[in-house]
Formats: sequence, structure tokens, C-alpha cells
Amino acid sequence: MRYVEEFRDPKAAKALIAAIARVADQIGATAANPVRIMEICGGHTHAIFRYGLDKLVHEGIEFIHGPGCPVCVLPMARVDECIEIAERPEVIFATFGDAMRVPGAKGSLLQAKSRGADVRTVYSPLDALELARRNPDREVVFFGLGFETTTPSTALSIQLAAREGLTNFSVFCNHITVPPPIKALLDDPHMKLDGFVGPGHVSMVIGIHPYDFIAEDYGKPLVVAGFEPLDLLQSVLMVLQQIAEGRAEIENQYARVVPEHGNPVSIAAIADVYEPRPSFEWRGLGEIDASGLRIRDAYLDWDAETKFGIGYAAAGGRAHVEEPEGCACGSVMTGRMKPTQCPQFGRGCTPDTPLGALMVSSEGACAAYWTYGGARLIEAAE
Amino acid sequence: MNAQSPKPSRLRDTRVTLAHGGGGRAMRDLIEEVFTDVFLPPGSEDQARLMDESLQEPGARLAFTTDSFVVTPLEFPGGDIGKLAVCGTVNDLAVGGARPLWLSAAFVIEEGTEIALLKRLVASMAREAASAGVRIVTGDTKVVGKGGCDGVFITTSGVGVIPSGREIAAPQIREGDVAIVNGVLGDHGATILAARGDLALSTPLESDCQSLNALMEAVLAAAPNTRAARDATRGGLASALNELAEEAGVTVVLEESALPLRTEVKGMCEILGLDPLYLANEGTLVVFVPEAEAEAALAAMRALPSGHDAVIVGKAVPRGTVPVVMRTAFGGQRIVDMLVGEQLPRIC
Repeated sequence: MRYVEEFRDPKAAKALIAAIARVADQIGATAANPVRIMEICGGHTHAIFRYGLDKLVHEGIEFIHGPGCPVCVLPMARVDECIEIAERPEVIFATFGDAMRVPGAKGSLLQAKSRGADVRTVYSPLDALELARRNPDREVVFFGLGFETTTPSTALSIQLAAREGLTNFSVFCNHITVPPPIKALLDDPHMKLDGFVGPGHVSMVIGIHPYDFIAEDYGKPLVVAGFEPLDLLQSVLMVLQQIAEGRAEIENQYARVVPEHGNPVSIAAIADVYEPRPSFEWRGLGEIDASGLRIRDAYLDWDAETKFGIGYAAAGGRAHVEEPEGCACGSVMTGRMKPTQCPQFGRGCTPDTPLGALMVSSEGACAAYWTYGGARLIEAAE
Repeated sequence: MNAQSPKPSRLRDTRVTLAHGGGGRAMRDLIEEVFTDVFLPPGSEDQARLMDESLQEPGARLAFTTDSFVVTPLEFPGGDIGKLAVCGTVNDLAVGGARPLWLSAAFVIEEGTEIALLKRLVASMAREAASAGVRIVTGDTKVVGKGGCDGVFITTSGVGVIPSGREIAAPQIREGDVAIVNGVLGDHGATILAARGDLALSTPLESDCQSLNALMEAVLAAAPNTRAARDATRGGLASALNELAEEAGVTVVLEESALPLRTEVKGMCEILGLDPLYLANEGTLVVFVPEAEAEAALAAMRALPSGHDAVIVGKAVPRGTVPVVMRTAFGGQRIVDMLVGEQLPRIC
């Protein structure tokens, strides 16, 4: 496959791995005193484990897995609100596939479906829009989920619904933005991070400049990266080179996809439909100011929260739901704990019986550890 | 098969109604016109009374298996649920070393199903049965109300004979044996995903749906010490290998670079975040043979259309911590686990 296999070339990888080792040695990185690089995006976490990059790079490089899996950062209360909407008899609840198994306090969407809720997997919000056109007597609710990557397509579906006067369509909006949680992590005195690998597909939409504060205010390097193994290795090398040269800049490794200023059409669609919420709850991170998006007043007819009086639009305020006992997803997500250090990992929590979201989504750090054998290969060596 | 000239049709309806399941004249008309004309010799009793010479050989054993088939859509590029129902059961017999002889076919039909569609499915079953050399000798139909099932469900059971001396089973696998597959992986799963039309992906893919008994006989003739085989259906090659390795007490090491995959299937998996190792197949044989017999097995498979792209994909080694690992083309190693639930496409 062109444009994919070139970026998985083992020979080129060897050269990059050697270059990483040289710079790592040069700056004195060791297993005991590693350079801590956070890959923010769940897609990157997945790729690191799929290709075993954590084992292939110099021992002085430690990957900290960031909060960039949209399914994983969804708090239990939000899943419960989803199910509350999905279980209304008039509703067809349309969702991306990997949100189906995420457990809330009242179970998952998959379980709600087995109890009779009309939950359907779609591949695009436009599919949900089509469901609404074909089912005029039903309320079709799309589970709007994801970072800036998926936000424009949901915005577009709302704009289309408004233009067509399609009143039986709405979006349960859980769209979130990348920069605020990074700021929250950088403000956390326990987090010791030396640099970031930034999510390429988010920057495809927003460009690279929304991260300027990371270099300017916090003096940390960030390299926007692609998703193939060579992309990731090159990005790690670029972060290390900045550290070695005493620079802190926002660089773009993924220039074949990411324009410096992003995609103006997408940015305009987001701005037209959404505005920042005062604050939004993140699993493991709590409420973070201006980190989530809500639907603007002009489009409130297509806002499921308003339509059904649920979540942030609930009359009595939102219910707080405690994380399940023993679940350390919060600590793993903020890089305080490795998946394997969680007492539940592989015991109370496996992909068959996930306690927390990190084990459910294929992009969750725990699922990636488990699926690609990180943990079990380690166990075998012990 | 009925060689007589066609009788005048008594079946007036174009769609199945509940009357066709009522036990009366309408049911008789449906069964006679759609089913028995194609499947059965005239004058059958409610049971098939069967004899085959191979059963009388000393040491021969009967093999008996059953499987239910549900698929949306009922017809797809490369096959349909009827063909699937024949191939699936033929293959379950064949991979155990049995020569498939007879099948039963039971249909659960949703009210409103087009009779023309039923006829197409039945004709497809008859074609596949003839080509695989098996006979459909007994059957049943039930009609359920609208929504009671999804179009047509088919259950086939199959009987075959395992000749004396054949012991094809997972525990026979030894360290050093090689795993061979007969061709490209994942075509069926990818075809069905595309055919459902949810993805707006158009592909030239076709299901690999095919009977494997002739191929299996060719392998057994060329590699007399063939250990075990599986028809890698639901859960894909990954699940079939996990089952075999687990039962055999070995670890199977797969070579990613050896896996036969079409560019279209790889592309679909890249877009959707799926792993082709878990995509369903309906005509994929994975067979373990001793290394010394591998070349003979490969040559025999490649001589048949169903084994044209046969290739070695892995090897059995002493049991490690997990049943199946894969050496990646990138130079690493990863676990190939059983699938949890369904594969779900990723968000972004």
C-alpha cells in the first residue's frame, strides 16, 4: 500500500533508532533518569505498542501515555446520560463503534441495546443524519464524541440538519479540545514531562499554533506527529534534538498532512456551531475549564442535552458518579501510573471484563498494553 | 435433482406469508415448488434412509456436525447464505478428515421474504452441493412473522465418513510443524462489511466462500502425516490458530510478512482500524503439516483453484506464555490474542 508501507520500513527505522540512541546518550538519558515524552493521542499509544516502539528505542526514553483517547476520558456519568437518552422509546441512538462497550454505572450502550434500546453503529454523523431522514417519526440522536478531528463532521451534520429543517435529529455533544488538558497536566506539579508528541490529525484541523503556549509559557518542545512507526520515531528524535540544543519549539513532523494553520473550512464550521463550555468533566482529570464544546444557541434545536433536559442541561444539575472501586484509570491517564502498575490490570480488569475505559477502547493505554503483549511478555520474562 | 419437465406452478404468491408455515396446502406448495424439486428424489419419507460403501470399511468412523447461518445481506458478491450454509458444514466435516456425504437443511423464513429470492438461495445450495459432491437429503421449513428473524436463517447438519487410520486433530500438532493457509485472508469479512453499504466503500472484493473438501483430500494425499486443520471462519485466522495452539499445547509463531492479504482488504482495515487477522473467512483452510511434508502439501494445494495462493504463514514452537505470537514486518513481536466481542471500528 503506497503512502503507508514506506512509513513502516524497518531499515529506515533502524537508522532512526540509532540516531535516537546517540542523542539520548548525548543528553545523558538513562533508564533510571529517563526523558519523559508524552504522546497525547490514543492513536499514537496504539501505534507505539502495535510496533513495539517502546521496546525498540533507547532505554532512556519513557513514553507517558496522555489523555488523548476520546472514549477513555469520557466520565461514567456521561455514559449514563447516553444510556438515559438511548433508552427513550422514541430514540434511535447512533454511535461510533468503539463507544459501544464503555461501561457507565448503568452498564454500556451494548447492554442497553440488549435490553431493547435502539442503538446503531454508524461510521459518520452523516449516516446518522440519513437515519433521521429515513425515520421521520423517530428521534435520531448522534453521540458526538472526539477531539478536533471529529468535531468538524458533527458540526457539518448540524448545519445540514438546520438547512434542511430536519427537526428529529440532534447531537449529544461530548466534543473536547486538546490544548486545555495539556495545560492542566503542565500545571500539575507532580507531572514531570520533558516534551510532547502532538496528535497529527487534530492539527490537520487546528494547525500547530494552538500549542504555542507549551513552548512559550512552559518551555517544553512539542512535535506534531503522524501515525506510522517512522513518523513516531522521527518525532521522538526531533523532541530529543530540541532538548539537546536547548530549544523549545512547536515543530511539524507530519507536514504531508498537517498545514501550519490547519483547515480553515473546518475551523469555520466548528466556530459556527460550537462554543466552549465554561467547564467539562474528564475522566481522571476532573472538571477542566473551557475544555469541552457545546452547541451555540442558534443551533439549540439540534442539541440533545437541551432537547431531553439531560446532562449539563438537566434541571437539577448533573449527577456525580464515582469511578468503580479499584479502577486507577485516572492515574494511568495522567501518566502517574503505568497500566501494569494498576492492581486491577489483568486481574479484575481485562478486555473481556473492563473496569475502566482504558481497557475498552483499542486506543486506551491498558488495552494496547494487553493486546500487544507488553504486560504479558513482561510477566513471561520475570 | 428432478429431471422431469417443469410442472405448472401452484404457487401464486410472490412473497412468503404465514400461510406457508401453516401445515396446509400452501405449505405443501411452497415446499414442493421451492425445495424438494431441487433437493430430493421424489417420494421421500420424513427421514432420509442412507447407505454408503465407505461406511462398511473396518475402522471407518462417522463424523457429524451442525451449524446455523445468519448473514446480512443474504446475497453478497461471491456468494449468498445458501452457498454459505453448504460450504460451512462441508468444511467443518472436511477439516476433521471426514469425506462429507449428506447434509440436512432447515430454514427459518421471515414472513414477506420474496419467493424468487428463496428459489435463488435454494438453487445456489444445490449448485454448491453438487460441486462439493454432497447430497442434501432432508430438510425443514418454518415461517415466522415479520421481525421474527432477519430474512432467512439456515441450519445445515452434515454427515461424513472418516476413513480408517485418519487422525486429524489439534493434539497431533508437534513442535516444528508448519502452518499453511490456502489463500488470501479476510476477503469474506471485508466483502460483507462493504456489501452492507454503511461504509460507502466500493470494492471489487468477493467472498472467498467455497467448499474445501477436495482441497483437504489433496493435502492428505500429498502430506500423509497432516496433523490438524481448521476452517478459519468467524474470528478469522487469529481465532483458529489460538484454538489449535491452545489445544495442542504449542505456541504458533506467525510471520506478518508472509500473510497473504489483498491490498483492498489491507486498505479497508487501515481506514476502519480493523485487524485482518480477525476478519471472517468462509473458504480459508489452515492446515498443520510436518515441515518435511510442507513442500508436497503446498504443491498439491497450489494445483487446485481453491489452493492456488497457498503459503506457509507460521510455525509451531515450544509453548511460551501465549498461544499465538506474530513476528511483525517491522521487526518486533506481538501477541495475537482471541478476539474480544466484535471488532469495532475506531473513531479517528
